[in-house]
Amino acid sequence: MSILFKGRDQGAQSSRIGVFQRLQMFFISHLRQALASLGELWRQPAASLMTIGVLGLSITLPSTLYILVKNTEAVSAGWEQASEISLFLRDDVTAADANSLVTRLSLWSEIDTVVYVSAEQALDEFKQLSGFGDALSYLDSNPLPDVVLITPTSKHTSPLAAQLLLDKLLKEREVDIGKLDIEWLERVYSLLNIARELVAIIASLLFFAVVLIIGNTIRLNILNKRDEILVMKLVGATDSFIHRPFLYTGFWYGLLGGLMAWFVVLILLWWMDSSIQAFASQYQKQFDITGLDAAALLIMLGLSVLLGLAGSMISVHRHVKEIEPQ
Amino acid sequence: MIKFEEVSKTYPGGQQALRKVSFHIEPGEMAFLTGHSGAGKSTLLKLISIMERPTVGRVLINGHDLNTITRRQIAFIRRDIGMIFQSHQLLMDRTVFDNVALPLVIEGYSRRETSKRVHAALEMVGLSDKVNNLPITLSGGEQQRVGIARAVVNKPPLLLADEPTGNLDPKLSMEIIRLFEDFNRAGVSVFIATHDLGLIARMRYRTLTLKDGQMITDGLADEWQQDSAQEPVF
Repeated sequence: MSILFKGRDQGAQSSRIGVFQRLQMFFISHLRQALASLGELWRQPAASLMTIGVLGLSITLPSTLYILVKNTEAVSAGWEQASEISLFLRDDVTAADANSLVTRLSLWSEIDTVVYVSAEQALDEFKQLSGFGDALSYLDSNPLPDVVLITPTSKHTSPLAAQLLLDKLLKEREVDIGKLDIEWLERVYSLLNIARELVAIIASLLFFAVVLIIGNTIRLNILNKRDEILVMKLVGATDSFIHRPFLYTGFWYGLLGGLMAWFVVLILLWWMDSSIQAFASQYQKQFDITGLDAAALLIMLGLSVLLGLAGSMISVHRHVKEIEPQ
Repeated sequence: MIKFEEVSKTYPGGQQALRKVSFHIEPGEMAFLTGHSGAGKSTLLKLISIMERPTVGRVLINGHDLNTITRRQIAFIRRDIGMIFQSHQLLMDRTVFDNVALPLVIEGYSRRETSKRVHAALEMVGLSDKVNNLPITLSGGEQQRVGIARAVVNKPPLLLADEPTGNLDPKLSMEIIRLFEDFNRAGVSVFIATHDLGLIARMRYRTLTLKDGQMITDGLADEWQQDSAQEPVF
């Protein structure tokens, strides 16, 4: 609209052009500027690639760490399912008492399987597996207690439910000590928590660096285009019109950097796959490493675009204002 | 069209560029602004295009007080004023077409309308055959005409020119002035700052003279020509 002259036609704002066409022109102009910015990156491949590379690698590091943490979680979730409760019976419990306990316990709804290992069986097994063999026959008496191994049903394998079950089992008369092998799991979990926080810290630092790098790159772009910006201001370009190509440049840096990070992560996973398989096979386990799923990929790309935009926005708001025709 | 009311401009540091300047240029008028370098011509033009703000007084265009125009509105004001500079202010890495089309692109004209208007503007300044040239390949006079085409391409009601003939010989200068006369006949108000007194002397247009920031004469060129110390350049 013209402020000084009422009724003066001004391009897309002209009253002769309908709302639809105006909207269409708005999008066409945006598309034109977006493509122009992409073209500009294309014309300076070396400089653009370096900036995209910095961005891509900065995002690769936290992404890889994220995958690492996620896979560790997946593995430890598998361990959690196998949680088992060992009940050590008192010395004075006879074999008959033990058998009746096993029978009673096997009726509990929380319990899936009950296995009774007598002190003799345990000693035999220990002799075979430990390698102490003959040394053990010098013992006067069997130091091992009778043990009942309990596997909870799948509903009761979570650390909390298993703990409740253990408390209930300890109330049984024949039970001396009960052991839920979950403490080490809790330790793994707290380690994972630290790792997760570490990923967040490293990611924030790198993201901050990315914003600064993009901001500085855009600042140099703005200085290179000083003359053009001056002329545009002289012929009546609004600030947002002048800002737009630089914001699109930031957008493209972000998107291309994000895609590069994705590509690098794929290569890293492919590279590490064989060594991970070798490691997993030692445990007779088939283990497929999970990469970035669609949601994580979208978040990564979105974040990368956001960082590019943030960097260029900061730079544009600071530096375009400084260029005024004299 | 342009009205100055007791306008003074003091730059930071105390240099007084304009002192209580008042004048009024009517819609559709063509007028010259002259004076030695440093007399305040450039400052006066900058106040009209809001590159500077007056320290005291008011500048009005078409009755609108420019003091009330916010920073964000300045761009829209400049779309109403076609500006021509001594140094052309062309983008040397863009073709003549792209240079002239710039104001239309900024205003969001369609591709077809832009092309039509650019060709019409270049036709007016006689550069139809240089559409795809780079400005660097053109002569000084041609570059100036590209600048003029860019200034008039969106048909502003007001044209401002700062030393448009500064680097040109008398014959080319006259051609440029003839172009301004054409636009003026089409109803555009034209305000030209120049120190080329010879050029002004050959025409009977209202001429405002600045000296040390003060308006010393305001009238037709031949009324004060005798007083002028400067020799016409014929």
